[in-house]
Amino acid sequence: MTAFDLQAILPELLLAVFAMAALLAAVYTGKDKATPLVTWATAGVMLALALFIGLGDVANGRAFGGLLIEDAYARFAQVGILVAAAAVLLAGQETLVRRGLGRFEYPLLIALATVGMMIMVSAGDLMTLYMGLELQSLSLYVVAAMRRDSVKSTEAGMKYFILGALSSGLLLYGASLTYGYAGTTGFDGILAAAASGEIGLGLLFGLTFVAAGLAFKVSAVPFHMWTPDVYEGAPTPVTAFFATAPKLAAMALFGRVLFDAFGHSVGDWSQIVALMAVLSMFLGAVAAIGQRDFKRLMAYSSIGHMGFALIGLASGSEYGVQAMLVYMAIYLTMNVGTFAFIMSMERDGKPVTEIAALNQYAKAEPVKALAMLVLLFSLAGVPPMVGFFGKLYVLNAAVQAEMTWLAVAGVVASVIGAFYYLRIVYYMYFGETEERLDTRMSAAGWVMLMGAAAAMLLGVINLFGVEGAAAQAAAALVN
Amino acid sequence: MDNLLSIVTFLPLVAAAILAAFLRGDDEAAQRNAKWLALTATTATFLISLAVLLRFDPADTGFQMVEEHTWLMGFTYKLGVDGISVLFVLLTTALMPIAIASTWGVTTRVKEYMIAFLILETLMIGVFVALDLVLFYLFFEAGLIPMFLIIGIWGGKDRIYAAFKFFLYTFLGSVLMLVAMVFMFVEAGTTDIPSLMLHNFGSETFSLLGIQVVGGAQTLLFIAFFASFAVKMPMWPVHTWLPDAHVQAPTAGSVVLAAILLKMGGYGFLRFSLPMFPQGAAVMTDFILWISVIAIVYTSLVALVQEDMKKLIAYSSVAHMGYVTAGIFAANQQGVDGAIFQMISHGFVSGALFLAVGVIYDRMHTREIAAYGGLVNRMPAYAAVFMFFTMANVGLPGTSGFVGEFLTLVGMFKANTWIAAVAATGVILSAGYALWLYRRVVFGDLIKESLKAITDMDTREKAIFAPLVAATLILGVSPNLVLDLIGPSVTALLDQYHAALPALADTAAVSN
Repeated sequence: MTAFDLQAILPELLLAVFAMAALLAAVYTGKDKATPLVTWATAGVMLALALFIGLGDVANGRAFGGLLIEDAYARFAQVGILVAAAAVLLAGQETLVRRGLGRFEYPLLIALATVGMMIMVSAGDLMTLYMGLELQSLSLYVVAAMRRDSVKSTEAGMKYFILGALSSGLLLYGASLTYGYAGTTGFDGILAAAASGEIGLGLLFGLTFVAAGLAFKVSAVPFHMWTPDVYEGAPTPVTAFFATAPKLAAMALFGRVLFDAFGHSVGDWSQIVALMAVLSMFLGAVAAIGQRDFKRLMAYSSIGHMGFALIGLASGSEYGVQAMLVYMAIYLTMNVGTFAFIMSMERDGKPVTEIAALNQYAKAEPVKALAMLVLLFSLAGVPPMVGFFGKLYVLNAAVQAEMTWLAVAGVVASVIGAFYYLRIVYYMYFGETEERLDTRMSAAGWVMLMGAAAAMLLGVINLFGVEGAAAQAAAALVN
Repeated sequence: MDNLLSIVTFLPLVAAAILAAFLRGDDEAAQRNAKWLALTATTATFLISLAVLLRFDPADTGFQMVEEHTWLMGFTYKLGVDGISVLFVLLTTALMPIAIASTWGVTTRVKEYMIAFLILETLMIGVFVALDLVLFYLFFEAGLIPMFLIIGIWGGKDRIYAAFKFFLYTFLGSVLMLVAMVFMFVEAGTTDIPSLMLHNFGSETFSLLGIQVVGGAQTLLFIAFFASFAVKMPMWPVHTWLPDAHVQAPTAGSVVLAAILLKMGGYGFLRFSLPMFPQGAAVMTDFILWISVIAIVYTSLVALVQEDMKKLIAYSSVAHMGYVTAGIFAANQQGVDGAIFQMISHGFVSGALFLAVGVIYDRMHTREIAAYGGLVNRMPAYAAVFMFFTMANVGLPGTSGFVGEFLTLVGMFKANTWIAAVAATGVILSAGYALWLYRRVVFGDLIKESLKAITDMDTREKAIFAPLVAATLILGVSPNLVLDLIGPSVTALLDQYHAALPALADTAAVSN
């Protein structure tokens, strides 16, 4: 192990060591009483690591003989994952405690999942990829079923686990095929095996199965079935986590595998990804229309958004990767804000997730309603909200790659999708008077909601510089 | 000041932000403050926009007072006006104080109402001054949000249906334009509107899904833009959102919708469709001319049988917009001049008509024509004002309505006699529905019990109509005020258009 190896894996090591140390400390001290402290400490460590990764100047290169890749792409994704995880932890902390779920293991499981995600996005080998993926998934299975006495939550955890195991199986099958035909599990080896541009049938099978396994993780159609149930069943703060960091990690990993391992066969996977993109966008748009539950609706909304992000990958260009990263950064911000709001939806101290409960919300809580209005229009992709620029980016990538049909499909789906976001606005602003929701909202949640809404408005000026970072990251991946 | 246009554009937005941040409470005093602040801001915007007019040099056919800054994704923040857009900016800024003044009677969520209108004003001005494709699209689309809320929150009984229909209809129309814009960006490498006007997009015929596309990429781009602007105009047969939106919108919302928002479609045709895709436009011209005259005749007939005043005026708007599209695609000086003039005139006249409906709606809370009759007995001043704008709507010489209709008809006549002949019947039909409406509402005996106590217009209402009457008369008597401003820019536009059609130039200019 060289100094560079250590340097490359230092953030992951630190977070893992922190998680285990905090676990021990909490067990021997206050147990669940220490939860707030543990949560804040975890979020603090995550943010510090995000700063460290974002501002640090580690040399680019491959560590551990190619098992890990340290480049701008990995760093971009890691910063996004860490920030999103920390934001969701903070936003959900008070809600969890109030619902009797303030277990100290929760923030630490999230921390371990985050370690897994950080490894995923910097994987340079099918083995590391699988290791990171499983570390993430196992932690997530547990938190999905965190409310042990609730049938829905356990069902969510069970479904997630079984389907997740199935997808891992697909992925492993693909990985072993790839290994068999390329003779190596290292990405550069696989890349070299198909360097001529001719990809053998075996390798193609491997690619397809790996893609299917990854599509499950990003919940792209037709591997999306678990999403609505898990989103609905899991406690809202946990759902918030599912909707944010793991999505970025899976999407970044998808990009990593497609470009680093199969970069010479763009033509072969581009059509697969494009098809998944179209199906996801339309299913996300159409299936959400009938939903009455805000969390289920957000599940379909995220399926649709993943479809848009996949357009970026499908275009198979550096610009497309940049578009995907920008899109995901915007998506994370919008979702953190929206879920901070959903967590605050309560009546008489009990969580409420029906959309209809928002009737006349704007009268009772004009400021929060306005913030949600901004976020919803941003999710729908209406200018001048930043969500529009995310869509514009991926459309641009698609047209540049001469996939104008994909762009047309995307905008048509976005019009259908606009309907259900408008429906929430309709309840909040036009609805009939009804029993009011509680107005309580945790301070951290309020900050997340307002911050996200403000970012969606002010980002129109320069997108907070995400563009430049995403361009660097994309250049590092595609070369 | 080098950023005069930015100031005009964003002043209302700043006022909206001040209103949102500093005005608390919902008592009567707070409501009054909100109204006065909004009125002051819109009036100030109008006065500053007069400075734009003063600095504007009509002889220069290029863009003036241009501001340019780099923006994200390789776009630019670029503003500027030419002879065509400067008038629309003025129309917007002039009508907004009037629209705000007409909302004095609103008592529900006044602060939000004012904020919505102020934001809407920024977005509307932005549409007319933007010189970057994406910036234009941003303003164009964002206007849907405040209008959606205005209809949905402050509208009538079926407001929710109308709000959704309005939003989704126009949204669907414009996303295709977005794809076309992205395509243009990729193709030309810029989103700068003046540069794009000089860019020649491909016009080679090619085959798409087995269909021969005459005019090639230009035709497809033209159709994508057309989808958006035709819905916005609105043109028959995609006009069906307009009557619903108009009927349900509150008075000020209807005024803004009819007077300004509809003009974005016509402006778009002049700014994008003609100069950027001349070949595509040439391919589509006959089709558009015919659906324009169908719109004129068909919607006039529909207007005849309406029982709701607002709906009647809404259909009359669609008919008048038919003259505009026919004038634009006649593609000659008179046609385009007339189209622009008609849009400006229609802004004042239809705005005033919706206000006139609002006056009696505020008193009786119904828009049904049958609920009125004999108003002249108790409301002489109202009868006079309503008469004036009815005549202007019909196109009586001496009012601005006449100039617009006459010029567009001349333009159509030069392009295609049959088109002009059919369109001319619309003049008669418009006299039919407008005068009949007037007769049913104002004349006759005042027999309805509910109307016995109705009061005439108060000073505020008279003050609202005064500038509109003045504008309609001045433009009607001295149309050169407008024509001199737009003339050089229109000539330049048409020269460029015909120059781009070497094969078709002769036939298009003089045809039949």
